[in-house]
Amino acid sequence: MIDVKHLSKSFGDHLVLDDISEHIHPGEKVVVIGPSGSGKSTFLRCLNLLETPTAGTITFDGMEITDPKADINAVRRQMGMVFQHFNLFPNMTIRKNITLAPVRTRLMKQDEADEAATALLRRVGLEEKADAYPAQLSGGQQQRIAIVRALAMKPKVMLFDEPTSALDPEMVGEVLEVMKELAREGMTMVVVTHEMGFAREVGTRVLFMDGGNILEQDEPHAFFDHPREQRTIDFLSKVL
Amino acid sequence: MLQSLINWLEDLGPRFYRAFFEADRWMSYLQGLVVTFEITIASIAMGLVLGLVVAMVRTAHDQQRPGRRNPLLGAVNLVCKVYTTVIRGTPMMVQILIWAFVIFKGERNKVMVGMIGMGVNAGAYISEIIRGGLMSVDSGQSEAGRSLGLGYVDTMRFIIIPQAFKNILPSMGNELVTLFKDTSLVNAIGAAEMTYYAKRIGDKTYDYMPPLIGIACIYLVFVIILTWLQGKLERRLRQSDRR
Ligand SMILES: Nc1ncnc2c1ncn2[C@@H]1O[C@H](COP(=O)(O)OP(=O)(O)OP(=O)(O)O)[C@@H](O)[C@H]1O
Ligand SMILES: [Mg+2]
Repeated sequence: MIDVKHLSKSFGDHLVLDDISEHIHPGEKVVVIGPSGSGKSTFLRCLNLLETPTAGTITFDGMEITDPKADINAVRRQMGMVFQHFNLFPNMTIRKNITLAPVRTRLMKQDEADEAATALLRRVGLEEKADAYPAQLSGGQQQRIAIVRALAMKPKVMLFDEPTSALDPEMVGEVLEVMKELAREGMTMVVVTHEMGFAREVGTRVLFMDGGNILEQDEPHAFFDHPREQRTIDFLSKVL
Repeated sequence: MLQSLINWLEDLGPRFYRAFFEADRWMSYLQGLVVTFEITIASIAMGLVLGLVVAMVRTAHDQQRPGRRNPLLGAVNLVCKVYTTVIRGTPMMVQILIWAFVIFKGERNKVMVGMIGMGVNAGAYISEIIRGGLMSVDSGQSEAGRSLGLGYVDTMRFIIIPQAFKNILPSMGNELVTLFKDTSLVNAIGAAEMTYYAKRIGDKTYDYMPPLIGIACIYLVFVIILTWLQGKLERRLRQSDRR
């Protein structure tokens, strides 16, 4: 589904991603872990071209999206992204946050989008917040809204960049619950997280990144029970 | 000593009377004040249009993806950059003199020349105000918009500009106040605004203090009113923020 070949990214002369090749299959739940600064966010952001790769190609559903002629907005419509700091639009109601993109990109008419928004909000138990503004909601509620906002575009894959890291501990669970349900429904997901429990329970594959490389990867049980690289062992001993 | 102070105070009334009421002089000030307002409004309008265009060009240029740079946009951006640098790097007085005595040498309508000079000047400052306001919106906002598949224009229109607006408003109010006061500079090229009349009346009566102190008070009153309105508007906006 997403095919990454020889992906490199530098900021100035700082090489952040060093020749990464990886393939993400439909329905996979890929969990990316690794120490701070190892390039996890950059890798994720390259997938929907929020960062422009310095070298290498990314192919999504058979289309090379790193080609300068590719319609980048059309690609992004099919890839949802959830950010660490939610990034809801504070100048709009929750309903408008959810319906803006589907309506403006002509995916839906306003009334269809409103209906879809209501259904999505019901799904995460926030139906009564439709007319509230983001600032009136808790972090956990905002992040659940951010997830359904992305889902409103009916994406084929969802990218999560540390979706629970900015949350108070008591709100982490409600967000992870939504993500787990999404996983059960068969969504293809790439998740950068420090939640090892989530990685073990939901992940179909764990990638360990260090220094701009994918140092090691495996199916979660094997990965956590028998890490091979010393760096992985050191990292896991710190976070587990 | 005390006697001379008393004499001076006694004289004040007649002096101000001569400067403002004799021969219906107050009508000149009023006429000048209207022109002052006309120049302020024309130049802020022109400045807004110019500033908006320049700010759009410059932010659009800065936000291009590397490897997909548009050469035409690059050229226009360079022109905009030269414009803001030159205008903000030279005194407004000098600019106005250049407009009147170099560029529009034979033009009789000095008020219009003054409007152009001040409008072009305002455009450079306003473009920087708008640019700063757009940049002050958290980059996560445009990333969220773009990651949903919204284009650059839609992201600007629905997400960035409405949020930037609130940050821009205070500086824009200050710019309006500055422009209003700086209209007095165009009296140097013979544009008949309020300062121009005050000086002429001073010339005629051989007494500059009353007309100049008088118009200083008039400027001050309007600046206080403008500032008060601005504060009110900002408070209103901040309230709607906390909804
Ligand atoms: N826009 C940027 N400009 C310059 N350097 C950047 C930029 N974005 C990231 N970097 C650098 O790239 C490196 C990798 O950053 P990245 O955010 O991908 O790490 P990460 O693995 O997500 O870390 P964290 O766990 O802290 O989020 C860091 O050294 C960071 O300073
Ligand atoms: Mg990160």
